[in-house]
Amino acid sequence: MTIETLEPIIQATPFFQGLEERYIQLITGCAKNVRFAEGQVVFREGDAADQFYLIRSGLVSVQFMIPHRGLTTILTASEGEILGWSWLFPPYRWHFDARAPQPTHALAFDGKCLRGKCEEDHDLGYEIFKRFMQVVTERLESTRLQLLDLYGNNK
Amino acid sequence: MATTSDQFAAAPVNREPMLPTPYRIQRVKQETDDTFTLELVPADSAEGSSFAPGQFNMLYVYGVGEVPISISSDPSDAPLIQHTTRVVGTVTKAMRLVKRGDMLGIRGPFGTHWPVEGVVGHDVVIVAGGIGLAPLRPALYRLMAQREKYRKIVLLYGTRTPEDILYRHELEHWRGKFDLEIQVTVDRAACTWRGNVGVVTTMIPRAPFDPSNTAAFICGPEVMMRFTAMELQKRGVATERTYLSMERNMKCGVGLCGHCQYGPVFTCKDGPVFSYDQIVALLGRAEV
Amino acid sequence: MSAEPMSVGQYFIIESQHLEQLLAALRHRGYEVIGPTVCEGAIVYQPLTSIRDLPEGWADQQQAGRYRLRRRSDGALFGYVVGPHSWKKVLYRPLRRLWRAERNTKGFRIVPEDIGGTRYALLGVRACELHAIAIQDQVFLHGKYVDQDYKVQREGLFLVAINCTEPGGNCFCASMNTGPKATTGFDLALTELLREGRHCFLVEVGTERGAEILALVPHGDASDADKEAAAQAVADAAVHMGRSLDTQGIKDLLYRNYESPQWDTVAARCLSCANCTMVCPTCFCAKVEDTTDLAGGNAERWRRWDSCFTEDFSYIHGGSVRATTKSRYRQWLTHKLASWIDQFGRSGCVGCGRCITWCPVGIDITAEVRALRENDASSPASDSSRSPHDNRNA
Repeated sequence: MTIETLEPIIQATPFFQGLEERYIQLITGCAKNVRFAEGQVVFREGDAADQFYLIRSGLVSVQFMIPHRGLTTILTASEGEILGWSWLFPPYRWHFDARAPQPTHALAFDGKCLRGKCEEDHDLGYEIFKRFMQVVTERLESTRLQLLDLYGNNK
Repeated sequence: MATTSDQFAAAPVNREPMLPTPYRIQRVKQETDDTFTLELVPADSAEGSSFAPGQFNMLYVYGVGEVPISISSDPSDAPLIQHTTRVVGTVTKAMRLVKRGDMLGIRGPFGTHWPVEGVVGHDVVIVAGGIGLAPLRPALYRLMAQREKYRKIVLLYGTRTPEDILYRHELEHWRGKFDLEIQVTVDRAACTWRGNVGVVTTMIPRAPFDPSNTAAFICGPEVMMRFTAMELQKRGVATERTYLSMERNMKCGVGLCGHCQYGPVFTCKDGPVFSYDQIVALLGRAEV
Repeated sequence: MSAEPMSVGQYFIIESQHLEQLLAALRHRGYEVIGPTVCEGAIVYQPLTSIRDLPEGWADQQQAGRYRLRRRSDGALFGYVVGPHSWKKVLYRPLRRLWRAERNTKGFRIVPEDIGGTRYALLGVRACELHAIAIQDQVFLHGKYVDQDYKVQREGLFLVAINCTEPGGNCFCASMNTGPKATTGFDLALTELLREGRHCFLVEVGTERGAEILALVPHGDASDADKEAAAQAVADAAVHMGRSLDTQGIKDLLYRNYESPQWDTVAARCLSCANCTMVCPTCFCAKVEDTTDLAGGNAERWRRWDSCFTEDFSYIHGGSVRATTKSRYRQWLTHKLASWIDQFGRSGCVGCGRCITWCPVGIDITAEVRALRENDASSPASDSSRSPHDNRNA
């Protein structure tokens, strides 16, 4: 698939809504299609985090290996969701594992490249950070609800 | 706006509401680690009654006490009823020990119900958290019994772990047989779980329903219901078509003992099913 | 004695020495008479065998957290206001068995308790108390579910009201439009007249039933002077109330002041002792207790008065919704003066002042309302109109 055909997809994605045409093109330039087979590792804790993903179909599980408990999934990202913000801040390394429990199709964005462009053009930087802040706050809120263990026994 | 008491014509109100009717346990089923379902039928020559989805009974265990529990079975099976509950106190602890053939006292059905008739023609989104799926199950049965009267029906169900998923077989059956979109998520899971992990509210933004023509039924822990209602509102679902089931301490079940008051409303007779608008001013308040 | 048939709304005079005949007539008709008596330093409602049981020559002095009896200089039979008892102890009994369950081979059998029984005549019901009874009628008779025992007791009840001529130190019935004049809900209403050596009672006939009883008691015509004297005394009482409560917009006032700092102030004093709810004539919260004998052959369910001030009143899922005294005091006051209006169409308070008298620390609800008004978050864009989710980005 050529880069040209990715642009309308990126344009139509709610996450990128409202971005100027030139930024859409720029971002499209940093994007490529990726596929993960069932069970495939997407990234591992400690790996260099130079990418973020927009899930197009399927599911990606965010996991921790906990001694005595095993591999535990704490979050999944599904169609339309963004995965990965470790590329935004040093040390630019993933803080957890990710695997695809189902065959998954995603767009992978070159975070390293986009980082550079944000440094050059602060307006672009603002737009990108604004959107990622939204994702982070939503995840934080969800995590808080998970932490409350609402379905537990209130002991 | 559908009222929560419209077209309800179930139990006769003139039967003395403080006297339990004897019912017999027909079946006890362990659903998950800490949740079980009792199936009951009127004992001997006792008269049972019909009920509307969302209503509850007061269940009496001889010599121990009484607790309010939502009815979780198909209304068309009445007078047979099911109650799904966890062990949370003395009475439910005693309830866990009953066997087939034992007798329980039932008072009810009490309370308002999910306005299944009132939302005909709409998309219906059902959001259940944990054991909150139990009071919603009768509504699901009613919706599927008249499937053609509704547009899209979506069930979003969140629970603690995959082992805590209630009515698993039924969910699979419904998914296959009816035009019903079911999405399940858990708060955390072992890697063997191939499904969603995350709070149930995260499934709302992308669930397949048309907010401009949707009614929502929400049941679960209060915090979960508040955030769910908020997410639905963000997506444009009308607050007057959003319904929640509240829970408070109950002693009489008929609005005379004062315990279940929630602001000015009595949870047992003005609820437990409320429209969001009715209680929005109370929802965020502490200690009300 | 008047020979013409009596009708509702007519006035007559009973001389004080003939009041005993009123009791006799009531007993003759099968009523057990309950009325005020002096007992352990307070005036409480107990069965009466004779007029001599009444607190003749006694008055009460009531202030916030204080109640004392004192001797009067005259022999008035009703020269006081209300004590710690209210008539709800007759109609809505503090402790009542609802049913018994007998275990048998098939399980158990429920045996309901009989309802009703004794017919009561209440002697000396103040105007505020007539309203309190009407308020409880609304709770127990006019809702979706009717309390059958209350219904039967209520239907058989004979009410002899007494118009107050000397308001108490904590009274504010005038503010609540519940007195001091008894206007409705009685079979007979008395006003005690003590002047110029004469001791008699102006009697107003309230119902046919009242007329029938009065016919058995020696009575005379009431002169215009008598009627005027009585009216004047009651009107005087209305302007000498011990306290007052401004009910203007009170429902909205309380609904928009859930977060008022005043609640913390009163909570610092409140002991959560539940006295106020016990003495309040309209409070109706109850709990249900299931008991069993040691062998397990018999189980019983009892209904007992409860109070929203108890710590586990709102217990659910491992904790109480209202865990702090502050939240419980707020619940009680808001319910009594505001939510009650939404629930039952009128205020739950009749201005009898009992809660002020019997509060061990002297909390005065009229002062509390005043304080809430002073601290009112009264702009239209205040707490109640804001979404509870506005500040969620914490």
